Amino acid sequence: MPVSKKDVEHIAELAKLSFEESEIESFTGDLNEILSYVEKLNELNTDNVEPLSYPIPGQNVFRDDISTPSASTQEALKNAPDKDESFFKVPKVINMD
Amino acid sequence: MNSKYEAVIGLEVHAQLLTETKLFCGCSTKFGNPPNTNVCPICLGHPGVLPVLNKKAVEYAVLMGLATNCRINEKSVFARKNYFYPDLPKGYQISQYDLPVCEAGHIDVDLSDGSTKRLGITRIHLEEDAGKSIHDQAFETLVDVNRCGVPLIEIVSEPDMRSAEEAYQYLSKIKQIVQYLSICDGNMEEGSLRCDANISVRLKGETKLGTKTEIKNMNSFKNVEKALNYEIERQIELIEDGGKVIQETLLWNADLNIASPMRGKEEAHDYRYFPEPDLMPVIVSNDWVKEISENLPELPEARKQRFTSEYKLPTYDADILTSSRDLADYYEEVAKVTADYKSASNWIMGDILKVVNETKTSIKDFSIKPVQLGKLINLINNNTISGKIAKDVFPFMLKEGKDPEVIVKEKNLVQITDSSAIESAIQKILNNNPNEVEQYLSGKEKVFGFLVGQVMRETKGKANPKAVNDILKESLEAKRK
Repeated sequence: MPVSKKDVEHIAELAKLSFEESEIESFTGDLNEILSYVEKLNELNTDNVEPLSYPIPGQNVFRDDISTPSASTQEALKNAPDKDESFFKVPKVINMD
Repeated sequence: MNSKYEAVIGLEVHAQLLTETKLFCGCSTKFGNPPNTNVCPICLGHPGVLPVLNKKAVEYAVLMGLATNCRINEKSVFARKNYFYPDLPKGYQISQYDLPVCEAGHIDVDLSDGSTKRLGITRIHLEEDAGKSIHDQAFETLVDVNRCGVPLIEIVSEPDMRSAEEAYQYLSKIKQIVQYLSICDGNMEEGSLRCDANISVRLKGETKLGTKTEIKNMNSFKNVEKALNYEIERQIELIEDGGKVIQETLLWNADLNIASPMRGKEEAHDYRYFPEPDLMPVIVSNDWVKEISENLPELPEARKQRFTSEYKLPTYDADILTSSRDLADYYEEVAKVTADYKSASNWIMGDILKVVNETKTSIKDFSIKPVQLGKLINLINNNTISGKIAKDVFPFMLKEGKDPEVIVKEKNLVQITDSSAIESAIQKILNNNPNEVEQYLSGKEKVFGFLVGQVMRETKGKANPKAVNDILKESLEAKRK
């Protein structure tokens, strides 16, 4: 199996998700099923095909470097679970001592 | 450094671009605004918003690529770099991965032994900056999102540097170029230019690379050199003692002058890059590159060459005067007013840079304008004042910001070039100093200097020194007959 239980645990950790042991097992199976399904693509010869970075043809549009009004601090902080008058507050990240 | 070893250093330099607005939204990039005021749903990472790319940021990245001999990729692609940190509201940074805007460039740096070394640039890519976390609170971390989304270019070098000096010169050159291009203010202390280093050491002659460490948090040029030397020595000592270098990320501590490892969890790098689905590939056509290259200013190296040929300056002068674009501009403004190019160079490298460095002002805001310095030099050269008097005028110009001729008039410093006035002063001195005159006539010509001094004193320093010399000599010689 290309995806191991350990891989699933690692991805879950990176995504800050926690699962029951049984869930990890079922995800391992699911992920392997999906991967073996798309595995079929590897049968194609892609030697002369450019890598695809976007599924539909087209190119980026630009914006001129002209400023537009920002939100007010009050509005910006409105949905924050924790804040003071001007900052977002989050649990301590680093101990400075 | 232990002479058996050599260091292998690569630098990653982040430069904050001087655009008006952020990379993907119209919020201001202004530094120092109150926290969380330059923010909108896009840079706050709210669901359902879409980034729209700032054209100027791409132009700036292309300018840097052109200035560092890079290939400009016709197609480049943005990618998501995924990690969790409170100052990154979206949970990913929009950056570029396998298709950056610029690739495969180089710059040449001058080293202290007089040699020049070519250092490779792997790539230059565009990305957005993160916000700012404030850690000094007792119970929580505060987050300011103002900086989030400010455009950066990351300039990644090849591992071509072999000493801290080479790394320092490379970084100085990058700073000089971004400043010449006016795409970044290049201030390391304020964080608009940041540098991380990858370092390993190996025995000379060895072709395989040793295990590398990464140093972050070197927030001044001096610290970069110190931190690199520290880490090179540490790795060599470790290996000499039979130990092994562990691949890890170190933080430079400028107070203690040591580099210490970042704690384990923060360095679990697994960014899972993938193409940014919200942005289509960026196409930089040949025509656009041509248009941008027309805005390419004269670069430091070319300007230095021109200073030696056009103004006939020694390389040493040209090197200093072109070290920053502002200084070179200042010089050229002076050179428009006076044709005495070497004096202009001497005044700037001496008196002016001394004050600029002492007062830590920028040459752009210097109180003596280039036109005024040019006029001062002309006053000396047309014999209105002597060089010595000019040195007295200079502090007044500095303090009062007035034109030199105004100061010369106000303080009554106009040089006496009228020979009858000089002659009468000389007669007076000769009459008052018969002994010295006697000594001179009997062959003790050393007293000549004393007599000149007396005349200059009599005229309060305003007599033209050359005229005094000539007339005094004539008058003394006349006494022999």
